[in-house]
Amino acid sequence: MRKYTSKDNVQGKAYYTDRFWVAPRVPRLEVEEGSHFANVASTLKKYCKEPFIEVGQLILHIKPSDNISVLSLLKEKCGYTQCSELSAVDYLARDGEFEIFYQMLNVTQALRVRVICRIKQGEAIESIVPLFKMANFAEREMFDMFGIVSNNHPYLKRILMPDDWSGHPLLKTYPLQGDEAASWYEVDKIFGKEYRDIIGPENRDPAKIDRYDTKRFSRVGYEVPFDADISEGEKENPIEYSKTIMANYQKSSKQLKERR
Amino acid sequence: MQVTNKLTPFFENLNFERSDNMMIVNFGPQHPSAHGQLRLVLELDGELVTKAYPDIGYLHRGIEKMAENMTYNEFLPTTDRLDYIASTANNYAYAHAVEKLLGIEAPRRAQVIRTMLLELNRIISHLFFLATHALDVGAMSVFLYAFREREFAMDLMEDYCGARLTHSAVRIGGVPLDLPKGWLEDLEKFLDAMPANIALYEGLLTENRIWKMRLEDVGVISGEDALNWGCTGVMLRGSGVKYDIRKEEPYELYGELEFDIPVSDRCDSYGRYRLYMEEMKQSIRIIKQLIPMYGDTEPQLMAHAPQYISAPKEEIMTQNYALMQHFVLVTQGMRPPVGEVYVPTESPKGELGFYIKSEGEPYAYRLKCRAPSFFHTGLLQELLVGTYIADVVTIIGSTNIVFGEVDR
Repeated sequence: MRKYTSKDNVQGKAYYTDRFWVAPRVPRLEVEEGSHFANVASTLKKYCKEPFIEVGQLILHIKPSDNISVLSLLKEKCGYTQCSELSAVDYLARDGEFEIFYQMLNVTQALRVRVICRIKQGEAIESIVPLFKMANFAEREMFDMFGIVSNNHPYLKRILMPDDWSGHPLLKTYPLQGDEAASWYEVDKIFGKEYRDIIGPENRDPAKIDRYDTKRFSRVGYEVPFDADISEGEKENPIEYSKTIMANYQKSSKQLKERR
Repeated sequence: MQVTNKLTPFFENLNFERSDNMMIVNFGPQHPSAHGQLRLVLELDGELVTKAYPDIGYLHRGIEKMAENMTYNEFLPTTDRLDYIASTANNYAYAHAVEKLLGIEAPRRAQVIRTMLLELNRIISHLFFLATHALDVGAMSVFLYAFREREFAMDLMEDYCGARLTHSAVRIGGVPLDLPKGWLEDLEKFLDAMPANIALYEGLLTENRIWKMRLEDVGVISGEDALNWGCTGVMLRGSGVKYDIRKEEPYELYGELEFDIPVSDRCDSYGRYRLYMEEMKQSIRIIKQLIPMYGDTEPQLMAHAPQYISAPKEEIMTQNYALMQHFVLVTQGMRPPVGEVYVPTESPKGELGFYIKSEGEPYAYRLKCRAPSFFHTGLLQELLVGTYIADVVTIIGSTNIVFGEVDR
């Protein structure tokens, strides 16, 4: 019987993992009393119960419905005037959720905070464009790559993939190979779907090389007559060398000496 | 045939709307001054831009997806293809992020070499900016001069790692090679010649009447807007916000080095041009300080972390356990601890950060590349509105976007 492979995560996997191996964890530190991060944590006490520090940055886990109020508090009260990045992580296979993170920067203190929230599949999140205009592109990218809708975004539309693309590439369910719609994309776009049968899978790739094709460029350089059938093997063709290449090294070693 | 008294539209990318005087122009995706595959849809009222819509994705290669399906070391050469003008900056940003995740630090000699390469790449990138920006605006000769010096800098990169554009000159945990013999002397020669060359560019441009007319008060962005739109690097410092990650959140040897962060409160393209020139001078200053530091270091090039990084060849060939670990690292890849990390670095274009989410697997669970150019492209939709079409090219050049990292 064929081995079962899960369909909810079709990404590359380690081919071997030791049974007894347990991955260690990046240390999570407690927020120090009296530090700037402690002030931030106390300002946002209502929204985040357990803030911690990971690799020098404060991590705040919040509810997705609070994202606007938390980010506006960070911006106005704590001086986090720039949102460097926002995007999502696909945890659909494990938890049925997306993790969305907002990476915030305080320019005066040179400190960074990451705000993290989780939404269920099919849920939308409120757009943060009114607070940070950089989200205009970032949320579009998040929509394009994961299909996460941002409510009240001024122009939510695919950004990197073509507008009529199907599927969201960064999902763990997105196939690495054999995406049917993707492989027919050019044919559908240029000729129309009904041409799939006429063109056929063997001709949809313009760079495809047919080794038995003697009509086109793929046989250039070989001494095969035009349109000859070579599927059963080629006629023996003795290789002829031109006279100039055939230097007789035995007769005069002068040329050889020069080359040396 | 064209009727003489009436202009009929015959370019396929021009759309005349008859109800009003608006015209919609596709600027790109194959436009020489779009610096790559930028399609900019502009709505024009006469020559005034009333609406701008940057359409990107023509160079999308799914680099973040590739990162999820490659081991950490496999992915490193792919980062070359982000900002291909200064690849070492990308290699470094990625390697540095993984190092933070692993909790290791490169040995001192590797740090010296890395910092040197980063600054050399900054010079290469800034020279490229200057050349193309000047060419876009119309100053042809600057392009020739700047590319000459860029060629010398790229020769230095080639002498070090063998590649001119896709360097992969940094590894996770250090650098692969020591500096070749005579490289530092060559570098010093290059650095000694640079100030005179920068003076030459500045002599051609800084007080040039046409250059000033084209750049002054063009592409004005206030400091608040710059922060709001996620601008970083020169775009931010050109708007009066003094924030340089090398200074504020020092990494590698930047904490020990003396250099200034130039800031301009002009907020326009001319101010940004001045900053680029000033930054090149600071980069020269940094490398000059690094050259004597190189001699004081131990010859170790890669960090000692046998769990994550292969031992030196000598150890692998003599010690059984080192060989076993090396075998596992090559066949399976390193397994960083579970956790997430976001590490910003100051690339020549701005803040280049890598967010890595690790689940303890040899493949990153999620890797997000925070590319500065992506957000600078987003800014165009506001920055271009209200400008004239002649200034569009200046503004695109001034934002210094590279499409390798916009589209990823």
